[in-house]
Amino acid sequence: MTTRYTKDHEWVRMEGGIAIIGISAYAAEQLGDVVYAELPAVGAPFKQGDDMAVVESAKTASDVYAPISGEIVEANAEIAGENWEIINDAPQAGGWFVKLKPSNKAEFDALMDEAAYGEYVKGL
Amino acid sequence: MTEATPPKNLPPKKLVLDALWRARTNKFGDFAGYDMPLQFEGLIPEHNWTRAHAGLFDVSHMGPCFIGLPKDHGLAPEAAHAAIAAQVERIVPSDIAGLKPGQIRYTTLLNALGGVLDDLMIARPSEPEAQGDLYVVVNAGCKHADWDYMGRSFDPGIRIVRADDRCLLALQGPEAADAFSLLCPAAADMNFMTYARLEVGTFGRLTISRSGYTGEDGYEILVKADQAQGLAEALLSDVRVKPIGLGARDTLRLEAGLCLYGHELDPGTSPIEADLAWIIQKRRREAKDFPGAMHITRHLTDGPPKKRVGLKPKDRAPARDGVEIHKDGRMIGMVSSGGFSPTLNAPISMGYVEAKFAAPGTIVDLMVRGQPRAAEVTPLPFVPHQYRRSKGKGS
Repeated sequence: MTTRYTKDHEWVRMEGGIAIIGISAYAAEQLGDVVYAELPAVGAPFKQGDDMAVVESAKTASDVYAPISGEIVEANAEIAGENWEIINDAPQAGGWFVKLKPSNKAEFDALMDEAAYGEYVKGL
Repeated sequence: MTEATPPKNLPPKKLVLDALWRARTNKFGDFAGYDMPLQFEGLIPEHNWTRAHAGLFDVSHMGPCFIGLPKDHGLAPEAAHAAIAAQVERIVPSDIAGLKPGQIRYTTLLNALGGVLDDLMIARPSEPEAQGDLYVVVNAGCKHADWDYMGRSFDPGIRIVRADDRCLLALQGPEAADAFSLLCPAAADMNFMTYARLEVGTFGRLTISRSGYTGEDGYEILVKADQAQGLAEALLSDVRVKPIGLGARDTLRLEAGLCLYGHELDPGTSPIEADLAWIIQKRRREAKDFPGAMHITRHLTDGPPKKRVGLKPKDRAPARDGVEIHKDGRMIGMVSSGGFSPTLNAPISMGYVEAKFAAPGTIVDLMVRGQPRAAEVTPLPFVPHQYRRSKGKGS
């Protein structure tokens, strides 16, 4: 399954036409222990680059941007239920943020793949 | 996902102990023009370690200095102290003349309107031959402006000797005294807010304050650059001591309800608004002989228009610097610092509100990302201070 990444450290994975979105392991590591997160409501529409969610560590608050355009179909109940540790423990698995129904598949294809993101992070 | 990064001008300065810290972390950031270690094993574990054991902080970005009468002043010790105190009292509202030998006071530099230009520590040496000198530590971001202000305010001939080419290490936490006493037995008997210069083993003469900015007992130790690595390594070899980054330094001082310049303190805020009336001792209140005394006296007698308060959000969302504080749909103030308290496992903030809303128990709205979130005005500190107040064991 292809996972693609943004320069702002969101990841997106397509499963059955639905995009699963979270923050990268690199981002979670940089952020430190998550102490708060805010997810969008189901049904909310986003354009690529819109503020979509917030994740906070003791150190800082970070905006999470919509990596692609579409409509939220599910928010991770673990995170909504304040189990924020899951973002640090499994940022690219159980710590996903939202599922989104994409409105423009081309946006996904234009994002960085694993190798390109790895190179990008190395240069930071 | 992005974080706001501060504007960068000149490349940041390296700490003397840069290599020592880089061997332990790669998480550095520019703070006040210095490339500082932000985090080692993690902000929350570092914070908790300092509250339970002892944390070692490199605070060499700050502005330690010695202020002194001309070398040939020829005054007896008490007269010499009175003379240097009179110079400094021109720009601070605290009773510097009344400092006992070896005593430290926290105070503020004031502008002509009684606004705060910086907060600082002023210490009187204990040695008779050093009377007429004061040890002063100002903030990193203000130090050049502060030294200029001092130079303009003091009589010609008064010496301002920068010591920020040395290392300033802070050892903080309930086990700081036991750990440091192994190297420097005399430090065990120092009380909080006292100051000594002691010969310590091979490290030469250290300038030691029993003070800090975490709410814990501990020391700030000024050491010559060529001795700093040895001292830091000796402290870190103690199992009770771990290195702590600037991130945890901020959460520790926030829990302790202590002001950070640029957040709680600025030129538009008086010490009374900042809830620092205690720094102005009786003699100075009566004499009204400090900058902005008319404004500050009015704040003391009539009450200030705004007050610094603690804020405890009712839910889990941290409210950080710049968040508006509303009451009944109207803006009544702003958060000055805020984040997450590892000790309380809850968000906490400090901020300024109109004085009539400053009573503990008042419910206000914190406008986090535009949404009102209820918070309660609470007394400060959030976590009790553990300073050593008198001789003997315990606080």
